[in-house]
Amino acid sequence: MRCERAGSGALQLAPTRVHEAEGFGRHAFALFQSVCHDGPVVWVGPAHAPERLLLAGLPQGVGERLHIVRAGGVDLLWAVEEALRAAPVGLVVAELETALSLTAGRRLQLAAEAGGTTGLVLIRQGAGSNAAQTRWHCAPRPGAGADSTLHQWSLIKNKRGTLGDWTLHWDGTSAAFHLVAETGERRGPAPPPL
Amino acid sequence: MALADARAICPDLATRPADLVREATTLAALRRWAGRYSPMVARDGPDGLMADITGVAHLFGGEAELRADLHARLARAGMAAQSAVAGTFGGAHALARHGGGIIPDGALADRLGPLPVAALRIDHDTAEALGRLGLRRIGDLIPRARAPLARRFGPGLVGRLDQALGYRPEPVAPEAEPPHFGVRLSLPDPVGLQSDVMAGLARLLERLCEKLGRHHAGARRLRLELDRVDHAGVQVEIGLAGAMRDPARIAALFEKGVEEVDAGFGIEAMRLVATVTEPLAPAQIGPARAAPQDGMDDLITRLGNRLGFETIQRLAPAESLIPERSFQVLAAAWSRAAPADRPGGPPRPVMIFPPEPVMAAPGHPPARFRWRRMALTTLRATGPERIAPEWWLDDPAWRSGLRDYWRIETREGPRLWLFHTPQAPAWSAQGVFA
Repeated sequence: MRCERAGSGALQLAPTRVHEAEGFGRHAFALFQSVCHDGPVVWVGPAHAPERLLLAGLPQGVGERLHIVRAGGVDLLWAVEEALRAAPVGLVVAELETALSLTAGRRLQLAAEAGGTTGLVLIRQGAGSNAAQTRWHCAPRPGAGADSTLHQWSLIKNKRGTLGDWTLHWDGTSAAFHLVAETGERRGPAPPPL
Repeated sequence: MALADARAICPDLATRPADLVREATTLAALRRWAGRYSPMVARDGPDGLMADITGVAHLFGGEAELRADLHARLARAGMAAQSAVAGTFGGAHALARHGGGIIPDGALADRLGPLPVAALRIDHDTAEALGRLGLRRIGDLIPRARAPLARRFGPGLVGRLDQALGYRPEPVAPEAEPPHFGVRLSLPDPVGLQSDVMAGLARLLERLCEKLGRHHAGARRLRLELDRVDHAGVQVEIGLAGAMRDPARIAALFEKGVEEVDAGFGIEAMRLVATVTEPLAPAQIGPARAAPQDGMDDLITRLGNRLGFETIQRLAPAESLIPERSFQVLAAAWSRAAPADRPGGPPRPVMIFPPEPVMAAPGHPPARFRWRRMALTTLRATGPERIAPEWWLDDPAWRSGLRDYWRIETREGPRLWLFHTPQAPAWSAQGVFA
């Protein structure tokens, strides 16, 4: 299965909105979304973060579209807003260290609408902003087979639509992924009658 | 004379290395200034200027007065100079380097005769060979038959002689002035409003961009100089992510800088200079649709002028097996995207960080370990992949020697890139897989 670029796949982010991703696997989710979006990808990160993207490990076709901006504090948010307002940009990924205030989050939404760009904010656990369109919890999962790349991506907030939970194999090289059959929430045993 | 010989004769000799670049700059400036005497001034070697003053001398009162004026002005500027006026390029060149003076019409052969043959702009070997034949002065050459001279020394010598004597024309050919990308605007009344400055800037930009277009160039850095009524200058400088000559797009980039300018009692003059330019070929005019690259350049320019152009980066592959050096970080403004293929070989993590020691339980690879305050249990390990340090580079991070890299899948989920250093037994984490 591939993420459909024009269609409305379940894992497709709503265009011209800003979304949030948290959890240990948020960077993988951001890279997956980078493959699914055409055009330049702007990755805004804090100036002194020790983590860096490794070019050899990025999915096919993302490395040459990637622009990395390193800024700190208010400059970081300003850079995200400017990038969201720029029309040719396909996806803006922002790594935030502090929680986004409602004003700042709303401002980013307006910028995304003005520029027609999709934004994805990578946040710390529980540091979400109310202005986000959707929020994803992303975690890598141990797989059964060798060389496994199992991910669990759960939609834990959605302003327009229902929540969901997807477990899939995505090996991080292309837009192709393999969805593990949905098991659904198992119902707990009914409480004993009083 | 060699410098050592000169020092032996005169131990107190003050010497200074020749600065050819600055000398050339000074000569170029002098050439511009010498334009006051003649419209045609050319550089003549590394140390001379040649002006065609045909029909000009009477404006200064005559050739002698012109020459006196030139010397007086140069002396006032602290420059020692030699000059000569002659009917031919070669004659003036020879006389200026051997005494100077004025050669009246028809006296070329008489005045040049006593000068050494080296004054004819011939190379050193030819001059020496002529000296061995006893032909030391130009006067010795003039009565000689041309054919044997040409056969023996080539056509160059005879050509130079003819040029000096005026038998062969040699026009003064000044090189084209390099285009100056600067425009100015003087205002009849001082302005203070931001909108007024932007309107003035729009006029300047229109002229500047038209000039840039004529020379197939694009601006890379621009400086706007504002002269205030109280004679204080304010400067606004912007850098551009790519060569550009679109007035509207550049004006938008100046807005932020102009906003911060303190106009004081008003601005009375504006000057716009493109300090750095690059060649930019004319583009095909198509339907009005901005190219994606233009939009990206605009974004990089906006970000770069606030954050610094080095903070907007692009990754490019590099020739190294060391993970930290397998890519290089380039400033996006000064590089173009190169298609990067995923290299073959073992998979690589998507993110790396400086090695972080993990507290590992025994086992190879460890069955349990703690990393970033997470207790992790190994589910599956793939490896090892041995990477040796580059011996020709002394990298402090690689002092611990060889590294055996393992891809560790944990029961808790995270897939990590751990390495073991057999030469200094320890486990460290360096990356996270997708």
